[in-house]
This record gives sequence, C-alpha cells and structure tokens, in this order.
Amino acid sequence: MEQVMELSYALDTFYFLISGALVMWMAAGFAMLEAGLVRSKNTTEILAKNIGLFSIASLMYMLVGYNIMYGDGINSLIPGLSFFLGADNATADVIAGGDDAPYYSNLADFFFQVVFVATAMSIVSGAVAERMKLMSFFAFAVVMTAVIYPVQGYWTWGGGFLSEIGFSDFAGSGIVHMAGAAAALAAVLILGARKGKYGPNGEVRAIPGANMPMAALGTFILWLGWFGFNGGSQLQVSTVENANAVAMVFVNTNLAAAAGVIGALIASRIMFGKVDLTMILNGALAGLVSITADPLSPTPLSAAAIGLVGGLLVVFVIIMMDKKFKIDDPVGAISVHGVVGIWGLLAVVFNNSEATLVAQLIGIAAIFGWVFVSSLIVWSIIKAVIGVRVTEEQEYQGLDQSECGMEAYPEFGKK
Amino acid sequence: MKLIVAIIKPFKLDDVREALHDIDVHGMTVTEAKGFGRQKGHTEIYRGAEYAIEFLPKVRLEIGVADDKVEQAIEAIGNAARTGKIGDGKIFVMPIEQAVRIRTEETGDIAL
Repeated sequence: MEQVMELSYALDTFYFLISGALVMWMAAGFAMLEAGLVRSKNTTEILAKNIGLFSIASLMYMLVGYNIMYGDGINSLIPGLSFFLGADNATADVIAGGDDAPYYSNLADFFFQVVFVATAMSIVSGAVAERMKLMSFFAFAVVMTAVIYPVQGYWTWGGGFLSEIGFSDFAGSGIVHMAGAAAALAAVLILGARKGKYGPNGEVRAIPGANMPMAALGTFILWLGWFGFNGGSQLQVSTVENANAVAMVFVNTNLAAAAGVIGALIASRIMFGKVDLTMILNGALAGLVSITADPLSPTPLSAAAIGLVGGLLVVFVIIMMDKKFKIDDPVGAISVHGVVGIWGLLAVVFNNSEATLVAQLIGIAAIFGWVFVSSLIVWSIIKAVIGVRVTEEQEYQGLDQSECGMEAYPEFGKK
Repeated sequence: MKLIVAIIKPFKLDDVREALHDIDVHGMTVTEAKGFGRQKGHTEIYRGAEYAIEFLPKVRLEIGVADDKVEQAIEAIGNAARTGKIGDGKIFVMPIEQAVRIRTEETGDIAL
C-alpha cells in the first residue's frame, strides 16, 4: 500500500514537472511569434527581451514571488511576505495518507507555477515591441514577477478572497492572461505608439512583420505548450477520475484552439476579403485563452464553441484597438489575452454550475484593477527615472542596434 | 563595348539567360531590384490596415557586349523577356570606356 502511495506521488510529481516543462517551452513560442511579427531591425532585441524576462521571472519568483502567492497571508486580501523556497515533502507525510497528505512535490509546485508567471510577463513583451528600452522592460519585469502577479494570484490560487467568493479560473484566463494584458495595456498607454503607425489624420499604417514562418512556428509551439498549461492545472493524474479529467482538458484545449482558428479565419475573410495569417494565428491563441478558464467542465462541442467565439471576437477587438482607440499593439497581445481572457472567465458560467456571474465579474474587476493600476504606477516611475522609450533616431535605426549592438540578419538585412 | 542593362520580370530570368547563351553571350551580373514604369502596384492588407505596394520585384541584368553583338543581344533579351503584359521591363545601352578581366589582366573586347 505504501509503495502504491509513493508511486502515486511520484507519478503526479512527474506529470506536474512535465507539464511545467511544456509551459516553459511556451517561452520559445512567444519568442518566435513576436520575432516573426516585428521588423527585422528589431528582432534581436525582442529575442533578448523574451529570454531575459523568463530568467528574471524564474529568479524573482523563487526569491519572493512564490511565497507571496502561496504562503500564509495576513488576511484574505493581503498576502504574507517571506523569501526563498521551503523544503520538500517527507516520505512519511506522504504515506501517512489522509486528506491533508501531500500528493506531489512542493518544488514541483514551484516549478509549475514559475513558468506561469513567466507566461504572464511575456504577454507584455509583444505589446511594447519596437520602441521600448530593454532595461526599462526588465525593470518592470522584476516588479511584476516579484509582487504584482503574486498578489493577485494569492487572491485565488493562494486561497485569498477571490477563492472564498467562488471565483473560478482553472488555469488562468484571468490570473495569467488578463493580468498580463492589463500590465501590457498600462505599458502601452505610458509608452505611446510606434513612430509612423498612425498618420496625421489618424489613419492606421500597416507595419508588416518580418518573418511569417517564425510567427506560425511560435503559435504551434504555444499550442503544444498549452497542453501543459491547462493539463497540468488539473494537478493530478494518478486516479481514474483525474486521468480522465486530464484527457478531457487536452481534448477541449485542442478543440478551442482549432475553433479559434476557424473563427478568426471567417472573421478575416469577411472583414478583409483575405485570410490574414497573423489574424488566424491570433485566433488559435484566442481560442486557447478562452478555454483556459475552464477546460474541464464543457463538453467538447461547447469547448469548440467557446473557442470559436474567442476567434471571432479577437479579430474585431484587434481592429477596434488599432483603429478606434489608437492603441498600438504589434502582436495583438492586449486583445488576445485581455479581452478574450475576460470572455473566457465569463464563459465559465455556461458550463460550470459552481461558478457564478457575480463572482466572475468581481474577479475580473479585482485582477484587472490591481494589475492595471499598480502597473501604471510602476511604469510611470520607470519612465520618470530612466525613461521607457528609445529616441526617435534609435527607433528608426532599429532596437537591434541601439539595445543589443548587433543585427539579427547581418548578411541579409537591408534596413 | 557596350553595357546592356536590362530590367525584367523575375520569372523571365532563366529564359533570358538561355536566349543569351544561344547567341554566344556568356557572363552576366544579376541583382534583385524593385521598380515600376507605368505598371501600377497593388494594395495589401495587414491586420486590417491597407497599404500600397508601389514597387514591384524585378531582376536587373548587366551584360558587357562587343559593339557588333549589341543589336542581337537586345533582340534576344527582348524576345525572351516579353510577355506582352504591362511591366515587362526596359533595356538600356551604355558605352563602356574600359573592361578588364581581373584574373588575366586582359583588356578590351576579349575581356567581355
């Protein structure tokens, strides 16, 4: 019996670690997607940004973020403060059994959670592409991954007030995606649009990305990684019920992505008469973000419907952000992760009888409000101290030169 | 000696190369270029924003030929590159003052 319990613990820990590794791989997905959607003169910088933010997240979350999010809080609103990771579970505690017995490694829990922080942070990197100072971005990343994200994460997954009122967010449509988008929105409002994006009469100018194959590759990588993102959030696989749940999560995740592609494809064809690849790539991600709030409760058909709406929605929202609100978001991050994240959270009430519209709305308001306002403050401070934007000359020359001192395509680049 | 500069549609490059080979003109330099004459570009749409593509992809050939070969070369290039549709390109002829084969230091017509 003891051996079975140890094996169960080992299996669940293993599953958790592999899921975490898949989510880590999403960092490559974001890097490729963003590198494909910016101009070649800004490619090196965005790659440096992506690998840098992942590393900062890993360190800051270990130093303090994880403990803020999952440690004992002062009350259900204010988390506690402690540093460094604790010890892992003792075998005796595991085989003792009972409701409180740990069923996977604590450090595996940290590993799974740290890649989620990195995902939230990397949502910001695309929205601010092509005109932000690299060091300013890293400065924000330190604060976001150490404090801003953990505090709102504490409110739900850490046992805080949002979990108490029944706010439901299975894998993080709100906690990860909408939160990242809120920080991104704050950034873009402080930063401003790229030079030349909006004409003197407010007309929108296209700034096409340099590498469609990389953008597509990045999207596929994210799609694959999402199986870890959603699948791992079930937390366990070692019982029939949990194994079946994980399988359902995988199936629904895939269907939502696929339906998101179709939705964006239809919307793109109707609106532009053409199939815009960058839009259908965003559609896949929109489908994934939509289902992330609850990939378990819906039937496969419902999951597809949720993803389809996400895909249709994202095309309209991207255009509206660009044309109407003049919010320059080179990769559509705010639309894909923010607006569709809200849709995902609301859609939970259709299939999950334990979720309530009121709790979802409170969660949306709390998470968005906290992250947006605190990000606005932090970005403003960074702007005042070291500035957030490169000079006009540097922006024209390309951030590869000004921030990294090297070109991504030294043999072939023309501009 | 004359330098013939021909701007042609990119997919016609192989045909032109073969045609020149048939009249015993070997050796050319090719660059990718963009341009337009009377040919209109087209519009593309990226994430909902329309933009005009005015410059169309072309290929630019540079060939050095002896004076007695110029008319033949022009005819060969023209016939091979012509599609009859707008945007076929242009041929320019310029005088060459001096030509040198670097390896052997030969000059003049034999260097072409």
